[in-house]
Amino acid sequence: MAKPIVPQGRKPGRLSPSRVGVYAVLVVSALLFLTPFWVMLVTSFKTMNEIRLGHIMSWPDAFTFEPWVKAWSSACTGLACNGIQVGFLNSVRILIPSVIFSIALGAVTGYAMRFYRLKGSNLLFSILLIGAFIPYQVFLYPLVRMFSTIGLYDSLAGIVVVHVIFGLPFMTLLFRNYYSSLPMELFNAARVDGAGFVQTFRYVFLPMSTPIIIVATILQVTGIWNDFILGLTFAGRDNRPMTVLLNNIVNSTQGEAAYNVDMAATILTALVPLTVYLISGRWFVRGIAAGAVKG
Amino acid sequence: MAAVSVRDLCLRFGAVSVIEKLSIEIQEGEFVVLLGPSGCGKSTLLNAIAGLLDIDEGQIWIGGNNVTWEEPKDRGIGMVFQSYSLYPRMSVEMNLSFGLKIAKTPKDEIARRVAKASKLLQLDPLLKRKPAELSGGQRQRVAIGRALVRNVDVYLFDEPLSNLDAKLRNELRVEIKKLHQDIGNTMIYVTHDQVEALTLADRIAVMRGGVIQQFAAPREIYHKPASLFVAGFIGSPAMNIFEGKIVRAGDGWRFEGGGIAVNLGPYEFTREAKQGEVVFGIRPEHLSLAHSVGNGAISGRVSLLEPMGGETILWAETQGRPVSVKLQGDPDVNVGDDVSLLFDAARAHVFEAATGARL
Repeated sequence: MAKPIVPQGRKPGRLSPSRVGVYAVLVVSALLFLTPFWVMLVTSFKTMNEIRLGHIMSWPDAFTFEPWVKAWSSACTGLACNGIQVGFLNSVRILIPSVIFSIALGAVTGYAMRFYRLKGSNLLFSILLIGAFIPYQVFLYPLVRMFSTIGLYDSLAGIVVVHVIFGLPFMTLLFRNYYSSLPMELFNAARVDGAGFVQTFRYVFLPMSTPIIIVATILQVTGIWNDFILGLTFAGRDNRPMTVLLNNIVNSTQGEAAYNVDMAATILTALVPLTVYLISGRWFVRGIAAGAVKG
Repeated sequence: MAAVSVRDLCLRFGAVSVIEKLSIEIQEGEFVVLLGPSGCGKSTLLNAIAGLLDIDEGQIWIGGNNVTWEEPKDRGIGMVFQSYSLYPRMSVEMNLSFGLKIAKTPKDEIARRVAKASKLLQLDPLLKRKPAELSGGQRQRVAIGRALVRNVDVYLFDEPLSNLDAKLRNELRVEIKKLHQDIGNTMIYVTHDQVEALTLADRIAVMRGGVIQQFAAPREIYHKPASLFVAGFIGSPAMNIFEGKIVRAGDGWRFEGGGIAVNLGPYEFTREAKQGEVVFGIRPEHLSLAHSVGNGAISGRVSLLEPMGGETILWAETQGRPVSVKLQGDPDVNVGDDVSLLFDAARAHVFEAATGARL
């Protein structure tokens, strides 16, 4: 006779059919997203001879790093053949000031909108919300005209300004929502202590903003790095970002398409956002949640 | 000269009028409590005095200066907030000195004032800690210290104890009272807790709907409430209320209604009484117990006993209306006993039914 089980201690886990279903869906969707990446990765290590055989999923027979070296330093992007490294440096030069300025500006605007309830601030907030969701193609032509009038078109400063402008609505929303979770009394306390606009921000709220600054950095780094159309339009010939050069490498092939080089260049370009996703998983999820607009 | 004087203050949020034509004069060194239910405008009034809210009409004077248009920092006030509102990334010491640094006070002066406040509030062992490492009571002491170092004439407290548990609340209440006795500054204190109000205040302003109902010493508020609202708001359990009318009885007056009839001979009317609908009130501790039925003013049956150690609250059903009686110690009664409740009409309260004003 089986011993009757007396319930005690931790309740034993049970694998129910619904749980199995959930895992199955998760595994299938993970495979769906990983398969293309797998194809890219193995292709980038294959020689062209092997690629012609058409076994796209298989492990490379003759392992070669040559496509990677070529993609980095000697692939042709139109007339010049210096590889994608030029684009990498350009992207870094665009990225750093754009991220810093857009976050700094968004933080100050968000702070002002939360704590200084000025007349019309609700209207401004609505306009910002609309601004955050209008596709930027709409603004491209007018901005090109404006920038060429004031001499910012086709320059590093120009592309940075564009990124800061387009980052501003969402950065402002992000910081405004974060500061909305902090009590108004804290601001009042600083006011009684005699701190002004800048001092209150600098000494009270900025030191409390670390989590949201990390989130904003993740969003801006991935967003600006992945940008293609703004870089293509505004950066000018000398400052084209990595994404634009990647496109040129893939499109400027003569004769046979060098799939291995294309794949290696693509992975190199994706490496920065990929690294950011991988090391910042927890923060990244928080960033997406913070994007949910409240109040 | 009044330390704080609010003259004909009007304050509106959009179309909603929160405070309408409010005036109050607070004397130098006085401890004034603004007391009222939530939404009565007491915190709004305090914020208006502090300068954190813009007012629509009227004037605010502090220490003989018209500060109506001044920024909070220029009004000569220090403020303690309900949620402590310490700067979370600064140590206790930096929290205390932040305002002085902003004001570019000399370093030795800052050190002197911080040391003084820290000694007064026993913060010395905490100075290097961050607010997150402090208990609720310690945080509120730091918040009080932050107001103290400002060396101002008037301190404002916005429900400073309501985030604390009951025991800490009692301790800190005593500390605040001691502090006031030591430094003797004017203090304005907002609370909805009647015990805090009665124990701390020199004078209490009972507010309702943006209007000061009564502004008087705690003793007078308690024993001579100016209106039915004040009478019902102060005191726990609440005052027993009987609705009825007063009628002439010989050369005096008589209350009849709610199953009782009382000769109001000993009652001191505050103004000319006239026949009409009134509300009669008597506090639970002014009722006493007689075991025989018939000779008392109110007769009833004991329905519930609430022993509280030092005292016992007895609830009696009288003509379908529960009446509470506060008795010392453990009285010799049981649930179901028939009792008579006696009282002295001099300690009763009579209010006009229509206006709620004391008669």
